[in-house]
Order: sequence, then structure tokens, then C-alpha cells
Amino acid sequence: MIPSAFEYERATSVDDALAKLAATGATGKFIAGGHSLVPLMKFRLNEPTTLIDIARIPGLAGVRDVDGAIEVGAGTVHHDVATSSLLRQQCPVVAETAGTIGDPQVRNRGTLGGSLAHADPAADYPAVMLAVDAEIHLRSSRGPRVVPASDFFQDLFTVDLAPDEIITAVRFAPVRAAAYAKLYQRASRFAIVGVAAALDVADGVIRSARVGLTGAVSHAVRLTAVEEALAGRQPTSEVVAEAAQLAGSDLEDVAGDIHASETYRRAMVPVFAKRALDGALARLPQR
Amino acid sequence: MANVSITVNGKLRTADVEPRLLLVHFLREQLNLTGTHVGCDTSQCGACTVLVDGRSAKSCTIFAVQADGSEVTTIEGLAAGDGQLHPLQDGFWEEHGLQCGYCTPGMIMSAVDLLNNNPSPSEREIREGLDGNFCRCTGYQHIVNAVQHAANKG
Ligand SMILES: Cc1cc2nc3c(=O)[nH]c(=O)nc-3n(C[C@H](O)[C@H](O)[C@H](O)COP(=O)(O)OP(=O)(O)OC[C@H]3O[C@@H](n4cnc5c(N)ncnc54)[C@H](O)[C@@H]3O)c2cc1C
Ligand code: FES
Ligand code: FES
Repeated sequence: MIPSAFEYERATSVDDALAKLAATGATGKFIAGGHSLVPLMKFRLNEPTTLIDIARIPGLAGVRDVDGAIEVGAGTVHHDVATSSLLRQQCPVVAETAGTIGDPQVRNRGTLGGSLAHADPAADYPAVMLAVDAEIHLRSSRGPRVVPASDFFQDLFTVDLAPDEIITAVRFAPVRAAAYAKLYQRASRFAIVGVAAALDVADGVIRSARVGLTGAVSHAVRLTAVEEALAGRQPTSEVVAEAAQLAGSDLEDVAGDIHASETYRRAMVPVFAKRALDGALARLPQR
Repeated sequence: MANVSITVNGKLRTADVEPRLLLVHFLREQLNLTGTHVGCDTSQCGACTVLVDGRSAKSCTIFAVQADGSEVTTIEGLAAGDGQLHPLQDGFWEEHGLQCGYCTPGMIMSAVDLLNNNPSPSEREIREGLDGNFCRCTGYQHIVNAVQHAANKG
């Protein structure tokens, strides 16, 4: 399948990328890994007149410690997130989530920023970004802007990202007691239902919990009923099992498609919420 | 048109290409390196897998212009200059890791990446490492054995 013709330019810096995009009017697009965009272009569902390649912008990729927070550059490919020793030690849920995306070839090309900008309803990263309460860092000619993950994902393929903005990085405080569990589609590995859960426990009590869901509805959402049921309780598997039963009960418009019916998806949301919460519990320091 | 310089199997190749030319078509149609196959053209099957800067990638999902300045290795670049087979090629031969052979070049290139990251993988790790490659003939067991054979020799 051959896409429509387009012009191609390689950006050398974030400012250069923004200037090159502005020069195309509203008809150009960034390309990072191309693993969402190229398939769309082959089907001619997307026909940009110019592609601005941001894959080699120095500094856009990498995982780093910034004053105790972890910053992952938007250009970091999934493989490098999955194998980052900083993440493996301090916030393993993010590395593990990246390691479940697609297959090795996809993980060698696809990037965090591309996944967040594209916002596929079945993408994995959105759930974990909600669970670690990440900040999404953006830039445009108007300057930088920071959006909390809980406000970023808005609708089907729709995020709080203006057409002239670029995602530069995400930043979050590392959480050890967190895990991701997904029911995956056998061919592509996209999430049919994916749940990321993070627990903040002090003095034997869950102070707060954050639970992100992907795959079931048009965009990733927090399971607030589960979070509220956990706050103030003891971190035991009984408490978690009880709270997980609330997962998804208040969701409207749960998706049904060739991979899973609406009924099946609804049934799987609490199952995978429980698995993610059990995974988070298993990471608490042993008392 | 855009000018690209890509080092393919150790040899610098320069060409003027349309930006929409896929890397797999550049390899097959402009360089006549037809060992890299197109199975699905929808980024699923892995028959088109090559190494780009040492990492496995689906060449049907990369424009040639994106690989400008990169090093690409295809199945044709694996054997030594004297024809000595790469350990993985030898493994597929010895363990009968193919039937029709359509998936084989992609399987081998994925396995190269797998063994680079993990020189002595378990059976499960081999299966996960070949997750992006479909085979419609073998049932995979002989492919797993072939990779194991190469790992044991390496
Ligand atoms: C076979 C296959 C299986 C897959 N399986 C999964 C899976 O299991 N789970 C999963 O989550 N994903 C999966 N994916 C999607 C994959 O993770 C993509 O890599 C990712 O969604 C997009 O990242 P990219 O870098 O390739 O983005 P691109 O395709 O380059 O870009 C996607 C969109 O984002 C925009 N963009 C890119 N970077 C930025 C930026 N920094 N700022 C602003 N806009 C930007 C582009 O303009 C474009 O509109 C799969 C893909 C394939 C081909
Ligand atoms: S031809 Fe590239 S993945 Fe199938
Ligand atoms: S040997 Fe025929 S597809 Fe694998």
C-alpha cells in the first residue's frame, strides 16, 4: 500500500521542529517512530503534505532523574523505557508497561510521545501515566505548558495537545508499589482491557490509590470508585478484592468489537483491576 | 525527491527517492535485495524485518528517508564473506526451522536482535522475542529449536 505523496524534512531541535511545522500551515505532521502514523498513511486515512521527522532531535530521548522525579523524553522508544535501569529500580510499572507494547520490532521504533499524542483507545501508556500521575510537558512557539495526565486524555484519539504543540517529555514521582495488568489482543498486543494501579501506603494504611484504565472506553480514565474505596483502608488482598469489584461499574459506552463484546469487556475490568492491585500489593515493603 | 545515503550490509548506497518510498521497497526494488519479504504490509507479520542501526525493525513501516544515515542489515548481509553461514542460518538449517521459507529471513533477523540482547535465552524468552514474526507453516517449535541451537553455539 502506497501513501499519498508528501515532502520530508528532518528537525534538528525542538525549536526547528516547531518552526518547520508552522511553515506547513496546518497540513504538516511530526513523525517519530511512525508506528501509528505510517499504517494510517498507507490506508490514506491520514495524508499530511509534509512530514517533519523528530526522531533524531538531540535530548528528546532518554530517561533521567530530575531532582528525585523521573523524566522520560518524548522521543524515547518503548524498548529503552522497558530496559531502563532507573525505571526498573524506582518505578518498575512504567518499564513493564512499555515491555508489553506490541512486539520487539514495534518497541524498537515506537516512542512514548507518539503513543500519547496518537492516544489510541487501546494503547498501554495512557493507563500507567494516570496511575503514576504524570505531568505531560509540551512546547509551542507560545512557550512551555504542563498538563496533568488526568486532564490530558479527553476522547477517542483526542488529547489536550494543540496542533502547533510538541510533547517534549513526561515527568512523575517514582512509585514502587504499582503494577500493570492487561488482557491483550492476540495479534497486535493492544489492550482489550488494561489496568495500571499505584498505591501510596504509610503506617500500614493506604493513603491514596490511583488506578488507570485503558482499552474499555474511548480514552483512558481513572477508576475513581476503586480509588475511593481503597483510601484509608489496610493494604490486604481482601480489601483490594472488595474494591476491585467496583471497577468499571459506573462506566458508560464500554466498547464492543471483534476482539471482545461489551459484556466481556465489562466483566474483565474488575478482573484486571484486581490483578493490577495485587501486583502493586506484592511490591510493598514486607512488614 | 529526497537524497538518501544508507549503509546496507556494509556498503554505502546513495539514491534519490520519493519520500513515500518504504524501506522494504528500497531494498527489494532499487537494490535487488529480495531476501527481505513483504507478508502483510500492515506491520503485523515481521517478514520484512531488517536491522536498522543494529535493532530489528519492520521495513514495511519505515520510509527510506527515515533511515537516511543509518546502517541497515538484511538477511543477505549475515553470512560471512567466504559464504560461511551465520550461526542462526546454520541453526535453521540443522534444526529444520522452516517449511516454505517465506517467514525465514524476518525470523532470523528478529532472532539476531534477540540474541544480541540476550545471548542465552530460555524457550519462553525465544518465543517472546519472536512475537513480532508470524509463521504459517512450522508451528514454531523448530524455529525455537533453531534459535536455541545458535545460542548454544554462540
Ligand atoms: C503491530 C503493532 C502493534 C502495536 N501494539 C501496541 C500495543 O500493544 N500497545 C500500544 O500501546 N501501542 C501499540 N502499537 C502502537 C505503537 O506503540 C506506536 O509506536 C505508538 O502508538 C506511536 O508512537 P510513534 O513514535 O510510532 O508515533 P508516530 O507514528 O510517529 O506518530 C503518531 C502521532 O503522534 C504525533 N507525534 C509523534 N510524536 C509526537 C510528539 N513528541 N509531540 C507531538 N506529537 C507527536 C505524530 O504527528 C502522529 O500524529 C502497535 C503498533 C503496531 C504497528
Ligand atoms: S510485511 Fe512488514 S510486518 Fe508484514
Ligand atoms: S516456513 Fe512458511 S511461513 Fe514460516
